[in-house]
Amino acid sequence: MIQNFINGLYEFHFLQNALVTAVVIGVVSGAVGCFIILRGMSLMGDAISHAVLPGVAISYILGINFFVGAIIFGLLSSIIITFIKNNSIIKGDTAIGITFSSFLALGVILIGVANSSTDLFHILFGNILAVQDIDKWLTIGVSGIVLIVIILFFKELLITSFDPLMAKAIGMKVNFYHYLLMVLLTLVSVTAMQSVGTILIVAMLITPAATAYLYTNSLRKMIILSSSLGAVSSVLGLFIGYSFNIAVGSSIVITSAIIFAISFLVSPKQNFIKKKVKIDD
Amino acid sequence: MISTKHLDVFYNENKVLKDIQLEVKPGKITGIIGPNGAGKSTLIKAILNIVPHSGKILINGKVSKKELKNIAYVEQKSDIDHTFPIKVKECVSLGTYTGLKLFQKLGNKEWSRVSNALQKVNLSEYENRQIGELSGGQFQRVLLARCLVQEADYIFLDEPFVGIDSISEKIIMNILQDLKSQGKTILIVHHDLSKVREYFDDIVILNRELISYGSVRDSFNQKYLKAAYGDNIFIGD
Repeated sequence: MIQNFINGLYEFHFLQNALVTAVVIGVVSGAVGCFIILRGMSLMGDAISHAVLPGVAISYILGINFFVGAIIFGLLSSIIITFIKNNSIIKGDTAIGITFSSFLALGVILIGVANSSTDLFHILFGNILAVQDIDKWLTIGVSGIVLIVIILFFKELLITSFDPLMAKAIGMKVNFYHYLLMVLLTLVSVTAMQSVGTILIVAMLITPAATAYLYTNSLRKMIILSSSLGAVSSVLGLFIGYSFNIAVGSSIVITSAIIFAISFLVSPKQNFIKKKVKIDD
Repeated sequence: MISTKHLDVFYNENKVLKDIQLEVKPGKITGIIGPNGAGKSTLIKAILNIVPHSGKILINGKVSKKELKNIAYVEQKSDIDHTFPIKVKECVSLGTYTGLKLFQKLGNKEWSRVSNALQKVNLSEYENRQIGELSGGQFQRVLLARCLVQEADYIFLDEPFVGIDSISEKIIMNILQDLKSQGKTILIVHHDLSKVREYFDDIVILNRELISYGSVRDSFNQKYLKAAYGDNIFIGD
């Protein structure tokens, strides 16, 4: 079976593209995901990844690159959510729920209107085996930019995530970093759309990061581990999906969930099994 | 010197602080006391420009916004996520950020300041621990170390003595006295009246408005405390 996968890699260009793209997406979403879970923004990540959909549809209609429309709608949704939360008695999670479901619905309608070669099913659930060369290079380019931004602003992202109050007190523009992260999140959402689809992007963002969180005691290590786990889940998921002819995006998500489940039981921080024994004593 | 003129702070529709006029004497340890909801933390947050306010706040004669790097702020330790993946020394190193430019990385100079500060609070052997592994008192000392690293002239602490052990309390108090002797101005939000005489030189008594500001001898008395806390307050002399 493994031989079959490796032979496929030698033989088929589409499988090479799929492998490279999946690994790159795993790495970059694992890295950005760390900041998302540490800031308690998992729901926000979910919202933005769904909210890019109408942007993608409009880009197809207008014939422009889908990154442009996606970023506009991703940011628009985060501005709307923040606005509702800050200017009414509606709580954050409610604002997120209303916003992202409407954006998703709007996206589905617009894709229907566009009626182009874009297949709704592929946008919603990913189609990594159909990634073209241009998409692959675009993914690599965008992911490279995201990673460089994280490295350059690491110091600032660390302090605004860990201690926003102190960051404000020393005069930092905390909001700027919030929106910077929203931009990165949107970029990652659009790239990850190809591998796992809009519906499941949040899993790529938070599951590897949550797993890494269980093992590490510094942000740098957490990001490295999370990215590696993202890459490993992507390769394994692709391998399983290809070998058994099942949906690759969902295989990636399930693989990464299984790694989390095992870690939940054995990780030193969680210490679940030992705790259990102690209680039994 | 810190001075506030006609300082008002609103939260939604409620006026939390009303017309505060203060000129904090430099080189002293000043306690900010008052009942729950009196606006004690809000006062220092307003000076730090963390909460929106109206009125004027001057630090060394300049608008406070421009002098923020000269203030080290230690928030309530309960405001911090103790499960965050950050080591003690990294947490302290955040204090060096005020002197660093964008994209600039921490160098040996910064790390040696960090280890000096950790030595002062007696936590050198904990430098590689994750912050969640520390006790309340130890963590408060980490936050103090972080504020030492900032090398600021003004130091604001919000409830630093809540939930800490007596050794930590002593270490913190010694360091604060030391900072005072170096000419630093220290403002401490505090709610436990029993140790006011021991800790502070001056006090600000607050209950949404300024009730009294002066030396502990002049201001810490029944009259002003009753004005702040109501008639049921009793302090021994």
